[in-house]
This record gives sequence, structure tokens and C-alpha cells, in this order.
Amino acid sequence: MLSVRLRKQRGPFALDVAFDAPTPGVVALFGASGCGKTTLIDLIAGLLRPDAGRVEVDGEVLFEAGRADLAPERRAVGYVFQDARLFPHRSVLGNLRYGERRAKRRAPTASFEEIVELLGLAELLARRPHQLSGGERQRVAIGRALLSRPRLLLLDEPLASIDRVRRQEVLPYLERLRDRFRIPIVYVSHQFEEVLRLATHVVLLEAGAVSTQGDVASVSRSGALHTLLGPDAAGAVVEGEIEAVAPPGIASVRIGEGVISIPARRAAVGRRVRVQVRASEVVLAIEPPRGLAQANLLEGRIAALAPEATGSQLVEVDVGGPRLLSRASAERARELRLAVGQKVWLVVSSAAVRGDFPAS
Amino acid sequence: MPLLGELEREALRLSLTIALRSVVVSLPLATLAAWLLTRVRFPGRTIFDALVHLPLVLPPVVVGYLLLVAFGARGPLGGFLERTFSLHLVFTSAGAALATAVMTFPLMVRAIRLSLESIDPGLEQAARTLGAGPFDRFLTITLPLTTPGLLAGAITAFAAGLGEFGAVITFASNIPGETRTLPLALYTALQQPGGDAAAARLAALSFSLGLAGLLASESLARWVRRRMGR
Repeated sequence: MLSVRLRKQRGPFALDVAFDAPTPGVVALFGASGCGKTTLIDLIAGLLRPDAGRVEVDGEVLFEAGRADLAPERRAVGYVFQDARLFPHRSVLGNLRYGERRAKRRAPTASFEEIVELLGLAELLARRPHQLSGGERQRVAIGRALLSRPRLLLLDEPLASIDRVRRQEVLPYLERLRDRFRIPIVYVSHQFEEVLRLATHVVLLEAGAVSTQGDVASVSRSGALHTLLGPDAAGAVVEGEIEAVAPPGIASVRIGEGVISIPARRAAVGRRVRVQVRASEVVLAIEPPRGLAQANLLEGRIAALAPEATGSQLVEVDVGGPRLLSRASAERARELRLAVGQKVWLVVSSAAVRGDFPAS
Repeated sequence: MPLLGELEREALRLSLTIALRSVVVSLPLATLAAWLLTRVRFPGRTIFDALVHLPLVLPPVVVGYLLLVAFGARGPLGGFLERTFSLHLVFTSAGAALATAVMTFPLMVRAIRLSLESIDPGLEQAARTLGAGPFDRFLTITLPLTTPGLLAGAITAFAAGLGEFGAVITFASNIPGETRTLPLALYTALQQPGGDAAAARLAALSFSLGLAGLLASESLARWVRRRMGR
């Protein structure tokens, strides 16, 4: 368990945050820039001193106002900075060994060779930081932090300083990192796609305070997130298992009691995937629609109704466990006389589905 | 006839050794002063800053005089050094090195300070999160990254030290074989009838020395920059 309660006043900006997240796992701190994400992880790392609060990781208290305040160098908290911060006077190998050499008393996370292999660093060891691309630099920074045998890993928008194409040089490695090691990770981001791909728990920050938190699925249905992302991006995140792959590249994924087919690059029967289904692309019917392929037709009951600023309704439908969102315009919502508990059918167009990410 | 006569050789040797000794003595102190001025907030910082820079604006003779007052046999520091280490500074080459060190101190501090200020404090923070304590960080991050400044400071101070005149002649006098460095030998030659040729040779020697120093410092700086990848 990662338990954080922190307060900090910085000039006019006040941060007051509390959350508990399961470990191991990836906690995504998500929010617009300036909402206090970096301040929060600086406080967790000990680079800033909180005014009050407590930070505990798996039973170890790193900070408790008036009682305990471990210096950053004693916290064993790995920090991957937005700008990597590799030491320019040391080679990649020298950077990697820096933290490792100072952490000999703790049990290793993994062997040097394993981490080098996982992050694809073998070719880079002799290079100097200025000879690396942005993506390579971040991978070295992640390796350096991992080798310092941390009990917690903080990643501050590790992809922010890398262009879109090069992000693919890092993202798959982050997934591997999450799945291979049992280190709790705090991942700061303002890109929802990264959260969708990596997070097990999401903490939504707004102006220095937590507006929503929970697992990815529940946060994906929250109004706070939709306000942040804009109405077009609203959509429920669901996970399911691939039941069949046919034709190649198209996977049938079981979502609750129904099946939707999605384009999937790495489809394999039995693999769990996580997808986001955009609310505006999900058509809602109050009678079973006819003349449609069985796939992409889901049956369920309305679990909640949330009016939006434009007058339309976001309809949350329980499809046998997982919940999907569908947007109904104001007129249509009136016409259908939707009510909680009502039985409905959802038609999910494949354009509604975003992402095909291995679920942790 | 050899390239350098007895007179030039001795003056050159003295200039080089005295400048070198002054650099060796002042480098650690200048590093400390530069570090204090960039990284530590303490009361009296402004006054300390001014004191460090004073030799730049004071007439060198005044610096020599102040050194005489402090380090003379009956001065507070001179007496102490004499009794504890039997170290004589007045009229010795050690004294000449001290006067040179004091005069070139601000140059050295400025170069190191510039270098220190250009270090991204984020790198020291990164070292912190990797488990490095304060002294460890200074040795493994701050100091190596200050190398360009240390080299530049040392070379500039050395080159300037070769030509230090006023403070040396005031504090350590003009003793052949002890404190008669290149500029002092040049000055002496000019005082003697028929010394023009000797003076010209010494001037040419000083000129080449200065030029070589500047070139060496430039190529060293380039080498360091390449190593750091900037």
C-alpha cells in the first residue's frame, strides 16, 4: 500500500492531497499542467519539505510531520525526471552504476544484466549522455533509478520531452517494467493515453487537490475526467479477454456478457486487453435492434445517468460487470425516457474503440 | 650562444615556480570561496564577496604593504608562522608566492564561480535521489562538472601570476635568485645603464609565455567541452 497525505503551501498555490493506492501497481497522477503533480512527487521524494502529512510505502514511513523526515538520499525512492538529468561527465554505464554503488545494502530489484536487457541498454553502455536520443536518455534514467534498488519509483512525465514518434521507444519498456518487477510506481502524466496504457490506479489532480481517484475503469467514467479531457474524449475504459482472432488483426474481446470485435495488433487468444470505448460512438437502443451482426451488440442495464453541460446525457450501462458509457442527445434522452435500472442494448462501432493495450 | 642567458633562465625559473606555488595554494581556497559565494547564504556574504575582489581594484603596492603588516616578523600572522612552522615569508620566494596568490585570487574565484553557477542544480538533486550525501555529491557531481572552471581559473591565475610585480616587490623585495621574477628582472635591467638589450629579451620572453598560456588554456577548454558533450 502506498499511502500519501500531504499539505504544502507554495506562495499562492496550496497543495492538499490524500490517496491510498494498492502496491505493486502503477498509480497515475493525472491532471492539467500546473495542478501540482510535480510538486507532489517532489514532496514524496523529499526534495521539498511538506508542511504537514505522512508518506508511507509498504509499511515504511518516509515522512511524518513532526516525527520522521528521511533525507532524499535515504528514502530509496527512485526518481526519473522529466528531463532525465543524466550526469554529462559520465558514460551511460557510469550513470547506471552511480545509484547501484550507493545501494549495496538493499536487496537488488533485479540484476544489472536483467535491467540492461529489459530496457534495451546494452548497445548504449559506452556512450555519453549527449550522444543519446530523447527516448534513449529516458530509458537510461529509468535504468539508473531501478538499479538504485528503490522501494518506490517516481516517473515525472518521462515522455513529455520526447516527440510523438519516439515515444514508442519508451512506452513498451514502461509496460514491461510494470509487469516484470514488483516495485510500486507513481507515474505523472497529462496524456490520458499513457494513463490508459499503464495505470492500475488513477489519482486525478485539480488545482492542488484530488478530484477523483480509483481504478482506471471507474475514473474513466467520472465527470471530473470528462471536464478535463473535453466531452469528445469521454469514454469508459474496460478490460476483457480475447476469445477469438479472425480475420487476422481483428480480435473478439469478451466484455461482461457480450463480445466486441476490435482491431488488435498483437492479438492472441487468451490475452487480456484494455480498451477505451468512446461514449459518442456507442448507440443506445431500448429494444433489441435487428439486422445487426451479433458482435458489437451488448445487452445491459442502465446503472447511472449523468446530464452534461450541453443538455445531453451520459448513460452508464452495466453489461454484466464492466460498465460502458453512451451519449444520448437531449431530445433522444427525452424520447426514450431513460431511467436507472432499464434494460438497454448498445451498438459499439469499432471506431469507438481506442487502444489495444495489454492489461496488467 | 644559448637561447636563454643565465639571467633569463633564473628569472624564468623563479617566475614559473612562484606562479605554480601560488596556484597550488590558492586553488582549494578559491574553490571553497566560490562554492560559499554560489551555494551558501550566510550573513556577511556581500562583505566577503567584496573582500575577495579587493585585490582587483587596490593598487598592488597597497596589497604588498598590507601583507607586510600582517605577515611581517612582528605581524600577527607572520609571528605565528615563524614560531610554529619557522616559515619566513618576507623577502623569500614563499612570500612572493603568497603575494602572487593574493593578487590572482579574485581571477580564480570568478572563473570557478562562473562554472559552478552553470551547473544544473537538478543534477545534484538527481544524485541525491540516487543515495549520494552532501560530500559525496560535491566530489562526484559538483567538482567534476566544475573542472572547466577550475582549469580556466588555474591557467588564468598562473599566467597572471607570472607577471605579478607590485605586490611581490613590496612584500618579498627584489632578491636575485629568490624573488627576482621575470617582471622584476625586466625592471632591474631597465634601471641599469646598457640594460636595454636584456630588457628587450626579457620582454619577448614574457610575451611568448603569455601567448603560450592563452593558447594552452583555449585548447584545454575545448577538450573539456568535448568531453562534457557541449
